[in-house]
Amino acid sequence: MQQQPNKLRPFFENLNFERDDNTMVINFGPQHPSAHGQLRLILELDGEQVVKAHPDIGYLHRGIEKMAENMIYNEFLPTTDRMDYIASTSNNYAFALAVERLIGLEVPRRAQVIRTMLLELNRIISHLFFLATHALDVGAMSIFLYAFREREFAMDLMEDYCGARLTHSAVRIGGVPLDLPEGWLTQLTDFIDRLPAQIKLYEDLLTENRIWKMRLEDVGIVTPEQALEWGCTGIMLRGSGIKYDVRKEEPYELYGELDFDIPVTDRCDSYGRYRLYMEEMRQSVRILRQLIGMYAKTEPKLMAHAPQYISAPKEEIMTQNYALMQHFVLVTQGMRPPKGTVYAPTESPKGELGFWIRSEGEPYAYRLKARAPSFFHTGILQDILPGTYIPDVVTIIGSTNIVFGEVDR
Amino acid sequence: MAQHQVNYASSGGLPVALTTVDKLLNWGRSNSLWPLTYGLACCAIEMMASGASRFDFDRMGVIFRASPRQADVMILAGTLSKKHAEFARRLYDQMAEPKWVISMGSCANTGGMFNTYATVQGVDRIIPVDIYLPGCAPRPETLQYAMMMLQKKIRRESADMKKRKLQRFV
Repeated sequence: MQQQPNKLRPFFENLNFERDDNTMVINFGPQHPSAHGQLRLILELDGEQVVKAHPDIGYLHRGIEKMAENMIYNEFLPTTDRMDYIASTSNNYAFALAVERLIGLEVPRRAQVIRTMLLELNRIISHLFFLATHALDVGAMSIFLYAFREREFAMDLMEDYCGARLTHSAVRIGGVPLDLPEGWLTQLTDFIDRLPAQIKLYEDLLTENRIWKMRLEDVGIVTPEQALEWGCTGIMLRGSGIKYDVRKEEPYELYGELDFDIPVTDRCDSYGRYRLYMEEMRQSVRILRQLIGMYAKTEPKLMAHAPQYISAPKEEIMTQNYALMQHFVLVTQGMRPPKGTVYAPTESPKGELGFWIRSEGEPYAYRLKARAPSFFHTGILQDILPGTYIPDVVTIIGSTNIVFGEVDR
Repeated sequence: MAQHQVNYASSGGLPVALTTVDKLLNWGRSNSLWPLTYGLACCAIEMMASGASRFDFDRMGVIFRASPRQADVMILAGTLSKKHAEFARRLYDQMAEPKWVISMGSCANTGGMFNTYATVQGVDRIIPVDIYLPGCAPRPETLQYAMMMLQKKIRRESADMKKRKLQRFV
């Protein structure tokens, strides 16, 4: 019996699962443990080989960009946590940076050091999460348990700083709200002393593992041309031999002063990308070490001084009448950045994350657009999946490291 | 005098325990709750963390299953969008009775901070919920506590399907 197309429910019911050309259509997701959230893939199969892949997104669409148009800038900041929820601070930071560039704020040096520390810590958290889920999808359950163990220690550090495990909101427009708690740097040193040994453990378990190599090598080939055409950034681009990292190309925060390498490989496959993730974690450790030294040399000032946009420190608000009035206006009405358009790119753990903001001089953004890396990495799936086999689909999705809060927004 | 007579209480024979069918079934059910891996958004990461090394959900008999047909509990972890609502209902219907639902996080409870055109304002508009779990995102300990609350609830329930359905709405 042929299915009847139904115009009222076009997304699901119009798919014709019964076909005459000897191919089969299967539905992958949106509830699939390897779909990294709510990805739905409609795969057309010839035997076990994928002929056509159609990623269907929008299952986590929450209207974040529309919400931004009805919220004052500080109010919107916690919403950015829920985009790339594996590394929340990188979203907070990307948004804060865009607004700061719009206003033209100079952030105090101590806040810069703390922010860069948090960003790199988030990169480690995100990469460990990538390793855990990717290995789990491919079938190496023990790596999941190992990587989550280390990840919990990094989460402890985040929790000690801002009180939240997942949705940090640790960065504010104009600086950071809090100084590092007592003993935090010692804990951080302990953690980064321990981490390289753990990374080596994972590599010993995986890098030369025969099954791991069979599952990853020459799977999910992204040629440099494809990577550029589809707008890949981050490790998806560097895994194809193109050395591009926003931290080096357009340095923001303290990255211009820090000494670190950008690992690149021209293997173009999932295995090469896995190696890059491991290497990037080592580079993050290297950056964190340098930052610990820099922290001691900074003045204890955390928020930028710009009374028109940023509230004064709590002590001034409690003691000075004018600071209190400013604070009242900023909380009830919100800051009014000058008219203009801004786009600020940052290197999030997944790739280039940037916020484009159009301001009409009002407390609300006229339009806010998030350029999320995962969105582009989901798009490329329709180009790299055809020709691969069904078990490799899971490997490739894992290797692209997409997160759906960011894709659907 | 029959030689084979054994005093079970004293001479090391088989122990005898008296119970009701309800208690026996609920003891089994509550100690092997298998949730469906139904990660929707941020809370899914905390759900994974509660299954991973530090928090170790396995010690409570909680093992995540990928298929709704093998699952007893549906943990709705994250924002349910209107596009996804149809699938959530379908997955719930595919689960075998007896089944329970935990709504994890503010988004699943009430829509949370996402009061927009795209989000379902609470999953209880789609499926009946047993435990509401507050937080954004709730910590793994919170999820484990919710599971313990659910176990308590199951132990109070009747194993009789008809009675159970009535109890549910009391």
